[in-house]
Amino acid sequence: MSTTAGPSAPAGADERLLRTSPLRRLLGRPELGSVVGAAAVFIFFSIVADSFLRASSLGTVLYAASTIGIMAAPVALLMIGGEFDLSAGVLVTSSALISSMFSYQMTANVWVGVFVSLLVTLAIGAFNGFMLTRTKLPSFIITLGTFLMLTGLNLGFTKLISGTVSTKAIGDMEGFDSARKVFASQWTIGGVEFKVTILWWAVLVAIATWILLRTRFGNWIFAVGGEADAARAVGVPVIRTKIGLYLGVAFAAWVSGQHLLFSFDVVQSGEGVGNELIYIIAAVIGGCLITGGYGSAIGSAVGAFIFGMTSKGIVYAEWNPDWFKFFLGAMLLLATLLNAWVRKRAEATK
Amino acid sequence: MARVRTGVRAMGAVLAAVLGASLVGCSSTGGKRAEERAARAAAEGRAAVDTPRWTFAMVTHSGDGDTFWDIVQRGAEQAAVKDNIKFLYSHNDEAQQQAQLVQAAIDQKVDGLIVTLAKPDAMKDVVTKAVKAGIPVITVNSGSAESKRFGALTHIGQDESIAGEAVGEELNARGRKKALCILHEQGNVGHEQRCAGAKKTFDGQLQNLYVEGTNMPDVQASIEAKLQADKDIDAVVTLGAPFADAAVKAKRTAGSKAEIDTFDLNAKVATALQDKTLGFAVDQQPYLQGYEAVDLLWLYRYNGNVLGGGRPVLTGPQIITAKDAAELAQYTKRGTR
Repeated sequence: MSTTAGPSAPAGADERLLRTSPLRRLLGRPELGSVVGAAAVFIFFSIVADSFLRASSLGTVLYAASTIGIMAAPVALLMIGGEFDLSAGVLVTSSALISSMFSYQMTANVWVGVFVSLLVTLAIGAFNGFMLTRTKLPSFIITLGTFLMLTGLNLGFTKLISGTVSTKAIGDMEGFDSARKVFASQWTIGGVEFKVTILWWAVLVAIATWILLRTRFGNWIFAVGGEADAARAVGVPVIRTKIGLYLGVAFAAWVSGQHLLFSFDVVQSGEGVGNELIYIIAAVIGGCLITGGYGSAIGSAVGAFIFGMTSKGIVYAEWNPDWFKFFLGAMLLLATLLNAWVRKRAEATK
Repeated sequence: MARVRTGVRAMGAVLAAVLGASLVGCSSTGGKRAEERAARAAAEGRAAVDTPRWTFAMVTHSGDGDTFWDIVQRGAEQAAVKDNIKFLYSHNDEAQQQAQLVQAAIDQKVDGLIVTLAKPDAMKDVVTKAVKAGIPVITVNSGSAESKRFGALTHIGQDESIAGEAVGEELNARGRKKALCILHEQGNVGHEQRCAGAKKTFDGQLQNLYVEGTNMPDVQASIEAKLQADKDIDAVVTLGAPFADAAVKAKRTAGSKAEIDTFDLNAKVATALQDKTLGFAVDQQPYLQGYEAVDLLWLYRYNGNVLGGGRPVLTGPQIITAKDAAELAQYTKRGTR
């Protein structure tokens, strides 16, 4: 890590200055294992499922991947920073509920609700970060608390305000159409429909990658994830970094939440539970270490893509649906194992 | 610390600005005001009888935030107001927890008990215990086969197999050949019975598809994938109202010609039926399940009446098409259908 400034070795022998071949460098990338895994999953379903290779199927698989990937990118960054967020799944639902209910109750232009939702969602993210850095409790406990509180608030508030457990339809309100264009539109390219979430996903992954590899904040993320105390000792603002990471997750939750709202018009308050694990799984398949300090944003995208291919590939293959969950679990496990194996081989060749 | 405080202050300022903007940036269409203008909700209920204020408890297997159970609860609450009943509602989707909630109701010495038997084996002991303690029990929604055996007065609900059979027949009448049954909760017995019932009477071919009910985009993508994989599918039946909408979107993206049909009703389904986006909906009238359960318990307490003659009292299936949807739309909006 560039932040651990030890006594400098003689310039010629410094391993950091050694020239490495492009192949070596490629093998050292954290997402390499997952790319190989993704290729394996892709080839597998291309063989067993006739309709998997059709162009229209690509749009469907990418959509499934993008709804996970949008969240997996900031979750991956958070994991590299050494923390978890178990509230990420329900936060998406909270975000959708807030903008829907605010617009409806205030009879406001839908965009006002969208903006309020952004503020509140970021505030919840900040709450996670503040609590974590203040109390020094593990993020597992903090965000588990937030997860439960949000689940209760989602239900309680929705029922209190709209009288039922789902929100009222806001499809006839002003601003809905333009908001739908931003968060839930789709394009047809060559007869294949692509959802706008794919674009959001690509942009978020690109931004996350840029932050991670090209900015000072990116170095801080690796540093606090690797060894927080050492990072603090060399002047990394640990608290600000961690809060920033939670804000990132909150922002992505807002994007996903708005997609949920504007593509389905009505939001069910009980949704989202369990999705936080899927985001974490996508990040782990993508090469993030659960212990922090290692991983990449592109890897999380590949992880989300593997998840999208697996869950939809099973449908395309028309397998007996009784075994759905089993296949899903087995595929994920295999992909992760392959990923770990490739990484070990890659590190051995160094 | 100073930075944090200015941050909070800035946030407060932004929030105030937004609240101000929301007053200016009003929507002239839709929203709460439109609804209030459109119709005043049903008048505040008042007890219609002067029988003692009995306490009835209802314990269901509903998960958190389930739209269906929300309507059942509303029916029960309105009947309770009318019958001068103190109504207690609790729910848990874990069988063991549900049994504990029933035990709690027994401990409270309630005057009547309404339970669902989604997982009958787990509920057997505690229900028979309630009956032994002299508490009249009525089962609703699920458990028609076990209800009498456990000592309940009556069972109120839809027979899931019969409901499924009705769907199969309706699909035949509409000339469908290949149908898809979307299950949003893997392992739910009622869901399996519905699809099995439909399969029994449907002359064409019917396949099951499991989807992740808590993740709507995933539901949509799964149905989309299935419709792309099999272009011959000409009917999709979802088992819950919210999933019908996802199916409609999936159909559009997949470029499929399939007709989308659904179990259960909500405001969106009612509208979609009217504009023919949906073919038909099978309603089991959840409001009736709650309302009748409370009312029948009251009748039993007051007058010793029992309904059904030892057989389940069926609240469905009622097949709803575009014809009936217009009238029902207003009831779905207020949350009683």
